[in-house]
Amino acid sequence: MISDFPPAALLIIGALLVPFFKGNARNWYVILLPAVAFYLISQLQVGSSWQVHFFGFDLTFLRVDKLSKVFGYIFTLNAVAAFVYAFYLKDSTQHMAALIYIGSSLGVVFAGDLVSLYFFWEVMAVASTFLILARKTKKAQAAGMRYIMVHIFGGLCLLAGMVIYITQTGSIAFNAMTDRNLGTYLILIGILVNAAAPPLHAWLPDAYPEATVTGGVILSAYTTKTAVYTLVRGFPGWEILIVVGCIMTIYGIIYALLENDMRRILGYSIINQVGFMVCGVGIGTMMSLNGTVAHAFCHIIYKALLWMSAGSVLYMVGKSKCTDLGGLYKTMPLTLIFGGIGALSISSFPATSGFTSKSLIIDGAVHEHLMWAWLVLEIASAGVFLHAGIKFPYFVFFAKDKGLRPGETNKPMLIAMAFMSFLCIFLGLYPQPLYNVLPYEVHYQAYTFNHVIAQLQLLMLSALVFFLFLKLLKRTETISIDTDWFYRKGGRLFYYIMDKGLNGINRLSDRVFVGGLAGALGRVSRRGPEILALGTLIPLWSVTGITAEKLRDKKAKARAALATGSSPAGITAALATIFLVVVFLLS
Amino acid sequence: MKQEKEFDWFDRPESIKKLWVMLYVVCGLLVVPDFFTHRHAYFGFDGFLGFYALLGFVSCAVLILFSKLVGLVLKAKEDHYDK
Repeated sequence: MISDFPPAALLIIGALLVPFFKGNARNWYVILLPAVAFYLISQLQVGSSWQVHFFGFDLTFLRVDKLSKVFGYIFTLNAVAAFVYAFYLKDSTQHMAALIYIGSSLGVVFAGDLVSLYFFWEVMAVASTFLILARKTKKAQAAGMRYIMVHIFGGLCLLAGMVIYITQTGSIAFNAMTDRNLGTYLILIGILVNAAAPPLHAWLPDAYPEATVTGGVILSAYTTKTAVYTLVRGFPGWEILIVVGCIMTIYGIIYALLENDMRRILGYSIINQVGFMVCGVGIGTMMSLNGTVAHAFCHIIYKALLWMSAGSVLYMVGKSKCTDLGGLYKTMPLTLIFGGIGALSISSFPATSGFTSKSLIIDGAVHEHLMWAWLVLEIASAGVFLHAGIKFPYFVFFAKDKGLRPGETNKPMLIAMAFMSFLCIFLGLYPQPLYNVLPYEVHYQAYTFNHVIAQLQLLMLSALVFFLFLKLLKRTETISIDTDWFYRKGGRLFYYIMDKGLNGINRLSDRVFVGGLAGALGRVSRRGPEILALGTLIPLWSVTGITAEKLRDKKAKARAALATGSSPAGITAALATIFLVVVFLLS
Repeated sequence: MKQEKEFDWFDRPESIKKLWVMLYVVCGLLVVPDFFTHRHAYFGFDGFLGFYALLGFVSCAVLILFSKLVGLVLKAKEDHYDK
C-alpha cells in the first residue's frame, strides 16, 4: 500500500488538517508533509495505478516512470526547504494554499491521462492565487485577479484542445503528441500560458512580485515547471518550441535589464531560464530532454534560493525596488553570500549546478547542428550573468549605501538558504546523483578544460561589460510596459472606444430616430389627414370656380375641423372614401 | 565606549580600483589558454582565439544597448496603471 500511495493526495489531504495544529507544531507539520511525500516518491514502483472509472473515462492518478519521479523529487525537496524558510509564518491560509498548490502540481506530474491532469492543473491555478492575495495589499488583490483571469484563459485553451484531441483519438491517455492539428496546438497554447512564453507571459512578472515573501519562493517553482514537465511528456521534438524557447531567453533578459523591482527582475529571469528548457524540448533528443529535466531540477533550487534572498531583504527592509536598496552587504552578509551562490548558479558558473545542467541543452543544440539556436543560447547565457548574476546582487547589496541597517534575517530563513546553497554547489561539483534520476541514460562530462575556459570567458567578459556600462544601467523609478498592458490599459482603451463608439451611435440614433424620425412621424400622423383632405378638396373647390378669398376661408375652417376632430360628416365620408380607394388601388 | 567600525571595504574608492584591476587581469588571463589549446569548432567560426570572450563582450554590449533603446518606449512612470 505504502509503495503506491499518491503523493498528491498526501499533501492535499494533509493541507486540510493544517488548522488543527497550533504554533510551532504547525510549522513542523508542514515541513514534515513534503518530506514524507519525498520518501513516498522514492518508494514508488514504475507503472500505473489508482485507476478510477469516472463518467466513462478510465482515469489514472498515478503513472510512475523516471520522468514523473524526477519532478516529484524536486517538487517535494523544494517544498521542504520553502516551509523551513516559512517557519516565521503564522498564517494557516498560506500554508494550506501552498500545500494544495504543491500537492496538485504533483497531481499533474503523476497524472496518467489528460482528464486528471486538467483537474490538477486548474486546482493549481486556484490555490496559487491565494499565495498572491495573502499579501493583502490593494496591488496584490488586483494582480491576483489578473493572474487568475489569465490562467482561466489558459485553462480554457487546454480544455478546448483536450476535447478536440479526445474526440479525434478516442483516448484520454497522455503521451507524446504526434498529430499537429487544432486540438494539439490548443493544448500547446494552454501549456505555454503556464510556461510564461511571450506574449502569454505577463501574468508572471505582474503577479509573482506582488505575492507574500514565502509565496514568491513557492510560486517560482511549480507553475512554470509543471508546464515544462507537460511539454517534455507531450511535445518533445516540436521544432516551434526551439523558436519559442529562444525568444523567451532573450525576452527575459531585456525586460530584466529594464526592471527596477528586485523580485520583478527575478520574475523575468524565470522566463529566461524556462526558455532554455523549452528550447531543449523543441530540440527533442535524449540529450536535450535530459538537459531540460536537469535544468528544471537545478533551476528550481537556485531560483528558490534567489527568491529566498530577495524575500529576506523584503522581510527585513520592507522594500523591493533597486532604487530604494543598496549597501546591504554590511548588515546582511549571509543573505548576500547565499543569494550570490544562487546568482552564480543561475549564470551557470563552473562549480555550480547551472553549469552541469544547462550545458546538456546547449550541447544538445550543437549535436543537432542547430547553429542559430546554439548561438542564441550562448548569448542568453552571457546575458543571464548580466541581469540575474550581477545586476540583482549588485543593486541590492552593493551600489549606493542607502543607510539601511536591517541586520541579518531570522535563523530558519538562513538555514533554508544554506541548504539550497549547499545543493547548488553539490550538484555543480558532483552531478551524478542527478544524472542518475534523469529520464534517459547520461554520458556527459561537463568539466572539460575547454568548456570551463569558454564558459568563464563568456561570463567574465559579461561582467566587464556590466561595469563598463554601469552608467547606462542606472536604476530609474519606472516600470516597464509589457503585454499585460493590453488587458490593464487596453481594457480601459476598449472601454473608451466602446464609450465613444457605441455611445456615439446611441447619441446619433437618439438624434435621428427619437428627435428626428419620431417627431416627423408624429407630425405626419397629426397633419397627414389634413394634407390628404386639403390636397383632395382644393382641386375640387378650384374646379367649382371659387374666389381666392373664399378658398382661404374654407381651408382655415377645414384645418380647424380636422385638428379638433370635428369635421363635417361629408368631409369624413369623403376622406374615408379616398382612403378606401387608395387601399383598393394599392391592394 | 568604542563603537565597532563597520565593514565598508566595498565602498572605498581604492578598493573599487583594485576590483577593476582584478577584473581586467582575470579577463586577460582567461584568453591566454586559447593560445595553447586547440578548441574544436562546431560551426566553423567558433574555434578562433578568444571566441567566447568576444561573444560575451559583444552580446552583452548589444543586449544593454538594445534594452536601453526599447526602454525609451517601454519605460513608464510607476503610477502608469493607476491613472
